Amino acid sequence: MSESTAAQLPPGLAAVAADFADTPRELRLELLLEYADRLKPLPEPYASREDLMERVEECQSPLFAVAEVKADSVHIHATAPQESPTTRAFASIMQLGLDGLTPAEVLAVPAAAPLQLGLTELVSPLRMRGATGLLARIQRQVRAATTA
Amino acid sequence: MSQVPFDPNPKFQEYATPGALVSTEWLAANLNTPGLVVVESDEDTLLYETGHIPGSIKVDWHTDLNDPVSRDYVGPEGFAALMSRKGISRESTVVFYGDKSNWWAAYALWVFRLFGHEDVRLLDGGRQKWEAEGREMTKVVPTRETTTYPVSPRNDRELRAYREQVLEHVNAKGCMVDVRSPQEFSGELTHMPDYPQEGTLRGGHIPGAKSVPWKRAAQDDGTFKGVAELRAIYEGEKGLSTGDDVIAYCRIGERSSHTWFVLTYLLGFKNVRNYDGSWSEWGNAVRLPIAVGAE
Repeated sequence: MSESTAAQLPPGLAAVAADFADTPRELRLELLLEYADRLKPLPEPYASREDLMERVEECQSPLFAVAEVKADSVHIHATAPQESPTTRAFASIMQLGLDGLTPAEVLAVPAAAPLQLGLTELVSPLRMRGATGLLARIQRQVRAATTA
Repeated sequence: MSQVPFDPNPKFQEYATPGALVSTEWLAANLNTPGLVVVESDEDTLLYETGHIPGSIKVDWHTDLNDPVSRDYVGPEGFAALMSRKGISRESTVVFYGDKSNWWAAYALWVFRLFGHEDVRLLDGGRQKWEAEGREMTKVVPTRETTTYPVSPRNDRELRAYREQVLEHVNAKGCMVDVRSPQEFSGELTHMPDYPQEGTLRGGHIPGAKSVPWKRAAQDDGTFKGVAELRAIYEGEKGLSTGDDVIAYCRIGERSSHTWFVLTYLLGFKNVRNYDGSWSEWGNAVRLPIAVGAE
């Protein structure tokens, strides 16, 4: 990864990219699984109301996500089934990478950011499209919340 | 001939090739049978790492079976090297299982067949059934001795259809089965700004294809339906017969591998090819004929 590419990512996502870059190839799936395990449980009301979140249709597994904007700070909540650990990992990485940023910072994340994390060799292009779809939807929700 | 006995399960005896399936009970009792290799192949590449059937190895459709550059499968040398690395020999009995009702397991099995690997079987019900029954799972990755696997030609001709052949098939009014959802078949699109589609430039289906969503062959627990039900769908309702030259397709060839397996091994169709280019090729290609609507 070049310095200029990494510089475009917010610190949280840059840290994830660095984490993968520093991990030997054969251990990267293990690392991805560790990220999957770090996905936070849904708070209420989302835990009991999936319909309050948005389904990420690009993902082949049911992934629901919502971006809340409170006091100029973005909070990401997301859920995906246990049997879809890769999807959970993407959701977790977005949560770790974007949570707490300002709306402007979230909107400034390049659309291709998921492709810059060093995962494209591990994960199929269709899966990666699920990740970029997740980011696009988060950004659209943030845009809607801040222009409403 | 195979050194690993077949599963005598009565349900399987009515299928055209009874030995093509094994049950979870049989597999649990045969995990240590010499000559048997259990392969997990999933849509979600991390699932194996979360826990798998004891002794099983992972074959990933994306990183193991696909050519890293062109949209194709690995070649003969690549496949032989993969088999050697995974500890599979030409005589091994390979039992495949995976997530999503065995879509990817069936797909991996189909790729093994392209290379003429003889003894391939599918775990009826796949990962879902094994887990649902509370059977043992482990995170321990087995170390298998490497093998010398012969470099074997990939024989695409019998089992695989290319775009040009599908077009000839359309013109000859050959039989085709579109195994995608009814919405994908009819060509409905729900494009909205900022809602990127996993996509193709055109929606619809290949003219002349019959819609039989793959899931119609499966029961809720992921196992295959019985032979009478399957015949009623493919032969009774859709008018196909076992001697027909049939091409199955979906979006990228994984769901249609499931249907290819059903038609070939369970119903005994002699001439079924999987069009792995599927809709992600056809729906993007210039000047290919497309039909829209439910029929």
